[in-house]
Amino acid sequence: MNKKIIYEIKGMYRDDFRITGYEFGEGEKSVCIIGNSRGNEVQQTYCCSQLVKKMKQLEEEGRIKIGHKILIIPSINPYSMNIQKRFWPTDNTDINRMFPGYDLGETTQRIADGVFSEIKDYEYGIQFTSFYMPGDFVPHVRYMKEGYTTEDDAQKFGMKYIVERTVRPYDTATLNYNWQVWDTKAFSLYTNTTSNISKTGAGQAVMSIMNFLANTGIIKYDAIVKKKARVLNDTELVSVRTAKSGFYEALVKAGDKVEAGTPLANIVNPYDGDVLETLYAPIDGVIFFIHNEPLTYANTAVIKILGDD
Amino acid sequence: MVEVVTSVGLPIDEKLIIKKNRILPFNKDFTDMKRISVVTGIHGDELEGQYVCYELQRRIDLEKDKLKGIVDIYPAMNPLGIDSITRGIPAFDLDMNRLFPGNKDGNMTEYLAAGIIEDVKGSDCVVDIHASNIYLTEIPQIRINELHEDILVPLAKEANVDFIWVHGASTVLESTFAHSLNSIGTPVLVVEMGVGMRLTKEYGNQMVEGILNLMKNLGIWEGEVGKIKKPMISRDPDDVSYLNATASGLFVPDVKHGKRLAKGELIGKIVDPLCGKVLDEVRSPQAGLLFTIRDYPIVDEGSLMGRVLNEEVCIYE
Repeated sequence: MNKKIIYEIKGMYRDDFRITGYEFGEGEKSVCIIGNSRGNEVQQTYCCSQLVKKMKQLEEEGRIKIGHKILIIPSINPYSMNIQKRFWPTDNTDINRMFPGYDLGETTQRIADGVFSEIKDYEYGIQFTSFYMPGDFVPHVRYMKEGYTTEDDAQKFGMKYIVERTVRPYDTATLNYNWQVWDTKAFSLYTNTTSNISKTGAGQAVMSIMNFLANTGIIKYDAIVKKKARVLNDTELVSVRTAKSGFYEALVKAGDKVEAGTPLANIVNPYDGDVLETLYAPIDGVIFFIHNEPLTYANTAVIKILGDD
Repeated sequence: MVEVVTSVGLPIDEKLIIKKNRILPFNKDFTDMKRISVVTGIHGDELEGQYVCYELQRRIDLEKDKLKGIVDIYPAMNPLGIDSITRGIPAFDLDMNRLFPGNKDGNMTEYLAAGIIEDVKGSDCVVDIHASNIYLTEIPQIRINELHEDILVPLAKEANVDFIWVHGASTVLESTFAHSLNSIGTPVLVVEMGVGMRLTKEYGNQMVEGILNLMKNLGIWEGEVGKIKKPMISRDPDDVSYLNATASGLFVPDVKHGKRLAKGELIGKIVDPLCGKVLDEVRSPQAGLLFTIRDYPIVDEGSLMGRVLNEEVCIYE
């Protein structure tokens, strides 16, 4: 293992801003794995820490095949994590909207450039990422449909679900999109949580990456043979929306199978406890995403259901 | 006449309401009547447009009989942001100016954005007033996406700004309020002036004169309008030099905003207050106009401290 500084900025009063990477193996730049880019993505960094631990073991056991280099960067934004702020401390910009970056630009553009110049030549890129809304997901892998990545590659993770994402204008400044512009096959890996640690979720993430590395011939590891993942487009998920604002009481959790008509959540009057509305499953399926905060707004897609095949 | 543009209930005993004030002429025959919309407050920390909304209405009231069209004033597109000194939409941490055109079947923020577009579209001219951010001060300027240059530059020339900056198209900017409306044929001029969280009365008054002049050109206003500035126009990205900090520290300016600079002239210093040292001297890379300067003194490496417009573009009256 080679621990190295990927990028550094001198701090004024804070300790210097450092992005640290862990390299395993030697040779072709095969796989790069990135943890958090936002300050609340705790699970994303935790997953990387578990992966670093696992890769150390594999390297010691000689199970990284010759000619392959793997780089893991647990955090590209430790400054925000340390002050529990989602975006960049001084100007609130999002590093994951600054790629491919610019070395003479503003601070987060420079950070994006510093990271990207180090990681752009990898054959595969995997980013642990989070949804912009607070909630729990069924773990899955995503890739951009119009890009360079294929479903066959995504199947190598051995996960239950693969989501094809339709590119939106703001995607063009994300790491995933720019990786593909530079010919890296890029994936976003969604674990079940974001701002709290799920050991089970992290364990699943580590296993899925082990599967991927084994199935691409980079490590020696007995990948668990699973049936092919179900592939869906993000537009296929059926949103269940609130009509009212208030306290939000979930009655189901991510991964639950529901039948049409199953009560999913209550929206409660915050002063008198009256149930303002009960949300019901419109179709048979699996709870793919579910809001996990105590309050909700009206017109909010608090639940997304994946309909049965 | 204050009207609700769109609203949504919040969880605890409150409604988020976006309002506008529609000012109508005494003659209410609406046939062929033109309409101008003044929009501000998409970013909750940009307040320069608040004064413009007030002052424009005061000026119209002085000569109300000269009003011949419709004026819609939208002072607070992001009311929760303005109230909580927050740039984006509080709770969501989203930049409202990346949500347009919105979606009436989408989540709360998309629903609000769609309601705003529905209400503003069809205006003969929209002026969307921004105030840079809390870090940078700008001279009054209009920024135009090159895709809409043909329609917007002639309008912008009438708006009494110092500078028109035509910039390249960017996919990321497709989700702005201005781009969404310009794409469906409602012309939007994006004004940047002053600095976040503050008012610059001089710039506000200048902008009011510009809006009255636009109204006059559209046949909405027959009252007095002051002298209108002829703006500098830049279409070439190489016209503008960016001054980014080479070190983290305290930026101490040596010149005022709007100064004509010689090549190599000292603009300011980045200093280290802990050790009392100068970390870097910030000098102008070209002769020209300092049209942007940093107002917030703490800089990280890379922070923008100013922009200089090449002197060949600086054609003054």
